[in-house]
Amino acid sequence: MKLHIKNGRLIDPANGIDASRDLYLADGKIAAVGAAPAGFQADRTIDAQGLVVAPGLVDLSARLREPGYEYKATLESELQAAIQGGVTSLVCPPDTDPVLDEPGLVEMLRHRARSMNQAHVYPLGALTVGLKGQSLTEMAELTDAGCVGFSQADEPILDTTVLMRAMQYAQTFGYTVWLRAQDAHLGRNGIAHSGPIASRLGLSGVPVMAETIALYTIFELMRSTGARVHLCRISSAAGVALVRAAKKEGLRLSCDVSAHHVHLTDADIGFFDSNARMTPPLRSQRDRDALRQGLMDGTVDAICSDHTPVDDDEKLLPFGEASPGATGLELLLSLALKWAEEDGKGDGLSQAIAKISPAPAQLAGLAGGRLEEGAPADLCIFDPEARWTVKAAALASQGKHTPFLGYELRGQVRHTIVAGQVVFSRP
Amino acid sequence: MPHHELDAEALYAALARQVKDALANVDKVALVGIYSGGAWLADRLATELDVDGRLGYIDVSFYRDDYAEKGLPTDVKPSQIPFDVDGATILLVDDVLYTGRTTRAAINELFDYGRPARIMLAALVDRGERELPIAADFVAHTLALAPGERLVLQRADDGKLSFTVDHA
Amino acid sequence: MHNPQLNKNGELQHLLTIEGLPKAIVNQILDTASSFVGISDREVKKVPLMRGKSVFNLFFENSTRTRTTFEIASKRLSADVINLNISASSASKGESLLDTIDNLAAMHADMFVVRHAQSGAPYLIAKHLTDTGRSHVHVVNAGDGRHAHPTQGLLDMYTIRHYKKDFSNLTVAIVGDILHSRVARSDIHALTTLGVPEVRAIGPRTLLPSGLEQLGVRVFTDMREGLKDVDVIIMLRLQNERMSGALLPSAQEYFKSYGLTTERLAMAKPDAIVMHPGPMNRGVEIESAVADGAQAVILPQVTFGIAVRMAVMSILAGN
Repeated sequence: MKLHIKNGRLIDPANGIDASRDLYLADGKIAAVGAAPAGFQADRTIDAQGLVVAPGLVDLSARLREPGYEYKATLESELQAAIQGGVTSLVCPPDTDPVLDEPGLVEMLRHRARSMNQAHVYPLGALTVGLKGQSLTEMAELTDAGCVGFSQADEPILDTTVLMRAMQYAQTFGYTVWLRAQDAHLGRNGIAHSGPIASRLGLSGVPVMAETIALYTIFELMRSTGARVHLCRISSAAGVALVRAAKKEGLRLSCDVSAHHVHLTDADIGFFDSNARMTPPLRSQRDRDALRQGLMDGTVDAICSDHTPVDDDEKLLPFGEASPGATGLELLLSLALKWAEEDGKGDGLSQAIAKISPAPAQLAGLAGGRLEEGAPADLCIFDPEARWTVKAAALASQGKHTPFLGYELRGQVRHTIVAGQVVFSRP
Repeated sequence: MPHHELDAEALYAALARQVKDALANVDKVALVGIYSGGAWLADRLATELDVDGRLGYIDVSFYRDDYAEKGLPTDVKPSQIPFDVDGATILLVDDVLYTGRTTRAAINELFDYGRPARIMLAALVDRGERELPIAADFVAHTLALAPGERLVLQRADDGKLSFTVDHA
Repeated sequence: MHNPQLNKNGELQHLLTIEGLPKAIVNQILDTASSFVGISDREVKKVPLMRGKSVFNLFFENSTRTRTTFEIASKRLSADVINLNISASSASKGESLLDTIDNLAAMHADMFVVRHAQSGAPYLIAKHLTDTGRSHVHVVNAGDGRHAHPTQGLLDMYTIRHYKKDFSNLTVAIVGDILHSRVARSDIHALTTLGVPEVRAIGPRTLLPSGLEQLGVRVFTDMREGLKDVDVIIMLRLQNERMSGALLPSAQEYFKSYGLTTERLAMAKPDAIVMHPGPMNRGVEIESAVADGAQAVILPQVTFGIAVRMAVMSILAGN
């Protein structure tokens, strides 16, 4: 299908472009930027007047709940949510049931996702079998099956020796290890950031130390093994400072933050709102400010949605019993725009897009995130001025719980294009 | 604004005379004043009758019939009945007798303390418009008020009693 | 943020925590309680305020003493009381908290007295009742996790007011496992709301939560120093579980440094009062000589507790 996208404001941070440019797509790729290729006959033309034409969003963490948790959500609903949110590529963690530690499971997942012709799905393989932290998975086989990295999701590795060996093994093949900086024991029963608010509310706390002590361990192991690590969901000011120093030192490190942590703090727990129950927990204002500063100065490379659909049965419970997590694929764009508009230069659009498309694509080693000739035709065309209110019923995801329910947000997707096909258009 | 026709002190004097005459030969009368106006009047009457410690105060908040509409008032005071209600002859004292509901509540409350032999009612002013079959044994003055008007007994620092009329 | 305890008219609709309660409402509860104290001396120890109303005691966490005092308070208000010990029934069969509430509300409950092991559980219940059009049903928090035990806080304040009259020149010390204590949190909020100038927390580091100073509390780890010239001492109960969580080595060692002995009590003012929410662990947090001594007001606390609960319930039921 030959597609001509005209009159749009093209924002392609990877190539430093923010200008009025037309785009020409053919055979699933970008055929030309600016001027039409010779003899180009469009099958369809999209008038993007007043809209931003950006590379499709690349979300570094979205739980699709398949296999095993289909009662919470399915590929159908969550991939629909992805494209409605302008997300054309997503990375999913291995904490499914069964865990993604077998090549066959990964293949099945990818096959099923591909057949839907929606967003590209890139699974992370389990770092250890069953995520149990004891024996290594067949990382090479899993990579052949389509894994883009290896992760323990939210499960700690109790035995440091195992973590070290896993990192050594991954380093042998050049695989990236995706790790949450979370000490196995400190704050393991915690449900909120350890601080005055948790003390007042009588909620058991997760101290910042749980993150920093884990970071020290990870960095030491990186020095010794040379492994490449991506840190998932950094949450504290002290954590950001350690990452900054480690990057300066030259460790092969990248780092993401959840869109929720960019905006919310432990005060958003309010009167025990279980929609604010997350892992890692929402921390203090100072922590949030440091995360935002980290995004500005590049210490934090990317913003992800940390999409985690949780159903009513697991959220309409007292805070301590509720499952952590929130739906996020459909809010990622707006939340990134909100951050950049508040903290960034000018209207912040280029900065926001950089954090949710080219930067995540690059650190995960994925195609996409750029709009030059020959790049995959994965696009997010959105109205930067449109305002919308977050309503549970209007979300495509089966996960209806988010602390942003009722919020009015700016920025709404109009068209999502994957591999040159228009997979979503807002009516 | 003081009610220019009502001299509370004069009315008290009239009431006290009635009460003393009627109860001269009654043994061991107990006085129970309904907060706040009735309590002040009971204090005064206690100096003129021989009550010998049989002086109590009652707050009817827990026995009112309008609790469902109005809730509990914010200024509930503890009732104090320092004598045995069983077999007692009680003179209940209130400042203004109106619908009769306060009196009913006070009677119900007294019966939760014990079984009195007899209860009489003394009121400084009867403004009519009874909603229950209640009557006072001793009244100093009867009058009618306009709807929305409320007669309020006041006690000055020196103990002097006066009436004011409030408009709701 | 809208305070879920108050209705649109600023009246108390639920009692969930003392934090954020207007001082006027706290005082109204204490003042109303003093009218209820005398009821126990009458022939008929009841008032008809809640006649025909049903109070459901929902205890997800076992507590015979608290449940009993709420039951007595309800009955003294002439209410019908239904006791539900949920730990033994539906919850263990997997019925969700909100389903349990819906079922009971369908039985025309007028008031729920709730004790739950999770902080915030009564808020979920109160919100659900409002969301499902049942805002005439009132919730009283009888203790939620570590968060709050507001009726205990209120009866502790009533006790202090009874013996000390004026809050504005008192020093009050709370001693023990403050980290896990909902009583401590409620007491702290109540004391600061009523204008007590100095509130102290005394305990080993492992039992002191972070952020106490932000609540307006002076923290001490030395008991003798912390009790110096104190007017009121509130002793907290030490639970056995603390020994197994690597928070304390043993009860004996705890008593050695933090037990209230006659000798330590002497550091406080000579007319200082000793309080305890009960039940007491003699020889662990408090020496028998002190518990049975002239300065202890632990039994009056229990009596006041009934009056305070009657006050809370009758104020709520009338709103």
